[in-house]
Amino acid sequence: MMNDEQDVIQRRQKARAIVMAVLLLAFVALIFFITIAKIKEGMAH
Amino acid sequence: MTTAAPLLPPADWRDFLALTKPRVMTLVVFTGLCGMLAAPRGIHPVLAFTAILCIALGAGAAGALNQWYEADLDAVMKRTAKRPLPAGRMDRQSALHFGVGLAAFSVILMGLAVNIAAAAILTVSILFYVLIYTVWLKRRTPQNIVIGGAAGAFPPLIGWAAATGQVAVLPVLLFALVFLWTPPHFWALALFIESDYAKAGVPMLPVVAGERATRRQIGLYTIPMALVAVAPWPLGLTGAFYGAASIVLTAIFAALAAQVTFGRNAPGMKPEKRLFAYSIIYLFVIFGALVVDRWLA
Repeated sequence: MMNDEQDVIQRRQKARAIVMAVLLLAFVALIFFITIAKIKEGMAH
Repeated sequence: MTTAAPLLPPADWRDFLALTKPRVMTLVVFTGLCGMLAAPRGIHPVLAFTAILCIALGAGAAGALNQWYEADLDAVMKRTAKRPLPAGRMDRQSALHFGVGLAAFSVILMGLAVNIAAAAILTVSILFYVLIYTVWLKRRTPQNIVIGGAAGAFPPLIGWAAATGQVAVLPVLLFALVFLWTPPHFWALALFIESDYAKAGVPMLPVVAGERATRRQIGLYTIPMALVAVAPWPLGLTGAFYGAASIVLTAIFAALAAQVTFGRNAPGMKPEKRLFAYSIIYLFVIFGALVVDRWLA
């Protein structure tokens, strides 16, 4: 495999890993805030 | 003997984003948000954000599955040839997995975090767009846009259901408004990119029935659309602000549609381009007016 091609693959894999990590962190934060909102709604009822 | 597909490097994350058709998503998110804000019951801001996120992800999933199924068709149309699949920047399986995964994620999150009614309507809207429009109708009938347009009409219903847990007359009218708005909107576009659809063999109305029939249909669909747009006010579902705004906005739409209906192929297709551009503004502003009307009340 050409070096250039390998560079492209590695660069894309790294970028995808970073995006995935950011999305997972955002998802964890979202679930946390949803839980808080649900608890508050439950208390209001 | 089968020939193996050439190995592609992993697709760039921006190509996955492009699969979701972000520009189409803008209108979907906006009408969904307006449906939610027009509802009589409030919703916790975090749950409102989650519901809108799920609507956007669901629309994105439907867009990705549409591009997965239509890669061959996109390749022959100038407007779509640079999309990730026809341009060869992504393999079809990745697009399929991405679309199915995103669809399942959006529906499950909506069901668990918001409510079952909103999740059910979101499921129907995704299946409608992918199965009824993309797989079944688009390549078979010139009425593809009419019935397929229903898929784009679901967001206000989903937004309303997210806030209230049920469906009422006003969101059904909003559904009907987007449903009836879609044919004049798309056919105006199809009139000035007619050759592109013809090249791809998509039975768009201008391709199979001709330009004059398309112009007539634009006029015919504008009439019920106008009635549905104004209807919430006389029915007592909105206030005078929405009534006045809808009458003015719809009158302009009708005037532009009349120019297209009674016109001929003019150089530059200006009336068609004007109607297409205004139709987008129209939907944004009329939904915005509905929300403002609700706040004023």
